[in-house]
Amino acid sequence: MSLANPDSSPAGPNPARVNLTRFNPMGAPLWLALFAVTWVFSSYGREFSRAIDARWLMKYPAGWRLPFKRDISDAMKWLVEDATFGLFTFKEFTRGIAWLIELPYDFVRAAVIDGFTIGVGSEASQIAPSLSWIAIIAVVVAIGRVAKDWRLAALVGGCFLYLAVFGQWDSAMVTLASVLISVPIGVAGGLLLGIGAYRWPTFDRVLRPILDLMQTVPVFAYLVPILFLFGFGPVSALVATIIYAMPPMVRVTTLALRGVPTEIREFGSMVGCTRRQMMWKILVPSAAPSLMVGVNQVIMLSLNMVIIASMIGAGGLGFEVLSSLRRLDIGAGLEAGIAIVVMAIALDRLSQAFAVRPTPTHDEIESLQQAGLIKRHPWGTTVLAVALVTGLVGLMLPAVQSYPASLTLTTGPFWADLVAFINVNFFDQFEAAKTFMLTWLLLPVKRFLLGIPWPWGIAIVALAGWKFGGWRLGLLAGGLALFIAANGLWDKAMVTLYLCGVSVLIASLIGIPLGVLSAENERANRIVSAVIDTLQTLPSFVYLIPVVMLFRVGDFSAMIAVVLYALAPAVRYAAHGIRGIEPQLIEAGIVSGCTRWQLLRKIKLPLALPEILLGLNQTIMLALSMLVITALVGTRDLGQEVYIALTKADSGRGIIAGLSVAAIAIILDRILAASARNARARLGLAE
Amino acid sequence: MKKSLSLIAALSAAVYFGPLAPAAYSAENQDPIKLTLHDWTGQLLTTKIMGEVLKEAGYNVEYVQADYIAQFAGLKTGDLHVAMEIWETTGREAMDEAVATGSVENLGETGMLAVEEWWYPAYMKEVCPGLPDWKALNDCAEEFATPETAPKGRYLGAPVTWGGFDDERVEALEMDFEVIHAGTDAALFAELQSAYQRKAPIVLWVYAPHWAPFKFDGEWVEFPEYSKECYQDPSAGINPDMAYDCGKPRGPIWKVSWSGVKDKWPGAHKAIKAFNVENDEMGAMVTKVDLDGKDLDGVVKEWMDANKDRWNGWISK
Repeated sequence: MSLANPDSSPAGPNPARVNLTRFNPMGAPLWLALFAVTWVFSSYGREFSRAIDARWLMKYPAGWRLPFKRDISDAMKWLVEDATFGLFTFKEFTRGIAWLIELPYDFVRAAVIDGFTIGVGSEASQIAPSLSWIAIIAVVVAIGRVAKDWRLAALVGGCFLYLAVFGQWDSAMVTLASVLISVPIGVAGGLLLGIGAYRWPTFDRVLRPILDLMQTVPVFAYLVPILFLFGFGPVSALVATIIYAMPPMVRVTTLALRGVPTEIREFGSMVGCTRRQMMWKILVPSAAPSLMVGVNQVIMLSLNMVIIASMIGAGGLGFEVLSSLRRLDIGAGLEAGIAIVVMAIALDRLSQAFAVRPTPTHDEIESLQQAGLIKRHPWGTTVLAVALVTGLVGLMLPAVQSYPASLTLTTGPFWADLVAFINVNFFDQFEAAKTFMLTWLLLPVKRFLLGIPWPWGIAIVALAGWKFGGWRLGLLAGGLALFIAANGLWDKAMVTLYLCGVSVLIASLIGIPLGVLSAENERANRIVSAVIDTLQTLPSFVYLIPVVMLFRVGDFSAMIAVVLYALAPAVRYAAHGIRGIEPQLIEAGIVSGCTRWQLLRKIKLPLALPEILLGLNQTIMLALSMLVITALVGTRDLGQEVYIALTKADSGRGIIAGLSVAAIAIILDRILAASARNARARLGLAE
Repeated sequence: MKKSLSLIAALSAAVYFGPLAPAAYSAENQDPIKLTLHDWTGQLLTTKIMGEVLKEAGYNVEYVQADYIAQFAGLKTGDLHVAMEIWETTGREAMDEAVATGSVENLGETGMLAVEEWWYPAYMKEVCPGLPDWKALNDCAEEFATPETAPKGRYLGAPVTWGGFDDERVEALEMDFEVIHAGTDAALFAELQSAYQRKAPIVLWVYAPHWAPFKFDGEWVEFPEYSKECYQDPSAGINPDMAYDCGKPRGPIWKVSWSGVKDKWPGAHKAIKAFNVENDEMGAMVTKVDLDGKDLDGVVKEWMDANKDRWNGWISK
């Protein structure tokens, strides 16, 4: 979720201009005064508004609300029922797209799990079984070998073997099928949009805010319209996945194309390339390694979506996680969750290996062309042979076709016992810690934010925007805040802000030290990255339920889930910031006799500040994107509003609440990006 | 590599020709009948049983995962065809609205009776001897308090989307309880399990048919009996100024379908109408799946084998 302008990554600092003593964050007295005023308003606003009989100060009057909700619902209705292009209706058009996506999806599903059939219903008969589990493992092992080496092959083979041994094979293959469809579509679409944005600056300007919205509006908000337009079933889930996973690919494409060295471009013009040849034969191939970063993001985000997708009909591992947790089978939920992680690891490593694969030299290609079919495609033919043999043997020996159920393992009882043990023996300690946090941190913050009268809240937001980024940003921030209030969502937005704010604070307090630690110590780095990678790909629902068992339903449980999920960027950016510091600067510190602690506090941390701020930005974005999930444990924020709208199939309500989440995200993102820019300028780091 | 994958698939398709199954009989139409699946086990069982019966009758059946309330949009347009469990207690409003449009048809009761009410584990009776009476519950509200709600008791309600009027009930009956809404049913029962392991005080929303009342020993709280007037007319009931001063309605679980089903698959329409199971039967099956960890399809098959005559009656012309 890179909302921050990614091309503003720090270039080398200009040591001559570094002036650390001038490190004075943004005119502290002004902000302290503002805070004090806000505090007074927040504490006495309610009584005051009652005293002068101006209740509208605290509660946005219903009569002033904008009718957006209804308008959007009506527009949606028109789109689904009446909109037409003359020859065909809009709905027929979207259903046509759905059909186009469903065809390859059905084919892939048949190949990996369902088997091929002819005829429908009771007249259906199978003409060919699906690939056997052995064949599929052979395929991924071969891909691993071709992409890199035997080590990678063993890793991905092991990952898929896990799926078979822990009884997740069938669901995993359903998930694999949807990933195999959504990823190519997301990549191709992202590539084309990115090329468009690269070529036409106007298109780029229009596209940017749309991408911001695609990344910040919670998926639940647009699920209902998607269900109406694309029908119930796996296709709608695929469409939602693609919308969610595509934006990074667009951004990466534009950046990667801009980053192609001018020499290469000039070479292209010299040999007389047409525009099209220039794009597809020169620019895209030379940007390929960077493009693969985008592909990797699309894969990761697609797998992030499997839980939500399973709620609207995708099935697969996401459904397995949900249904195990509904019967409180924590072990089974964890195993299915780990299966998602394992699949993410396998696909991630494969895509990365392809990104750095050396291209064959001219001689190699020539010698291959003279060789026979088998020599030319050694892995293809091997895999084909395995598929055929196991397929034929599988007709007689079912264990070869599908992994025998009797050989599957489960660790379910262990996890159930573990949670029960902790619950029975340590509940009181947990309860005490929780009560402490609630009384001294969560509740005061909540009371403070909810007490702020909305007109003052909007003023503060606008002021902050203006202070950090000029009058344009001030106007944007104030306008977005007004949008939230005008839709009657002010209180829920404040609860959102409180929950995210506290979680981000705690995530930063844990994450930044961890990031510093892993930048300084290689072994710590390995452990920390493994943990945060897992936390990001493991569906949060898996740990949400044990958290509820130990901490009960409520804000505290939600906060823990948000912190766990949003920790990663805080760690990564802090580590990245510290590693990126010019060694001369550190040496200068050592020479002037800094102790280790001084080195860290006076040189490393201030210099890494812009990066840390970007990390904070990302932490906030992830925290906001978790809101919908925390609504599942009963928070009363915008996430809940989106969730209620989903279950009531109310498009207008969901979209408005979703846009409000996006508004909060955009305000915070712009203000933080501006202050990161300011910090960088202050430190004399080049833009 | 992708190329060779599809090549394999195409080749294997060409190589094996499985034996062609004998064509089954008598369905009017081989378009798939789409049955919706939700996320609780009882509903999965009901739907799969219906689906298997329809398959036996020669229909082409497809299961579609859909949200409980959002599905009505699909049922109205004919994207989805049959929903097997609409609970009187939670789905009535949405169902009535959909039936009123004329595009959705109510196919009658499933035979199961939905119960939804405040529920407490049996060990709470020692702490609060007057239970299950609601007044006794109210008198020991403090036993149910947590730091966040003290001195009021904490009542764990269902997800807000389920409705249920618990906030109104607490107000109308002047109870010293604070309603905390769980976000999902998984969170709801996670708390119950946690409290039960520690024998800690808890009172929460439980529904049946469900595995929880089978697994945990406990009882429903007895509120003043539900009546229509109590919900609609403030003057009825204990509190003369407020509605909802009584317990929750108990009522049937309904089956609904897209209204086109009747003309497109008359036989299936008849079979779905005839479908009937009972609470205890369903409760036992839910327990087998959720507590004994049996395979859901296996339990459905078991039921099919044991009740051949019954379902044959539903599909016989």
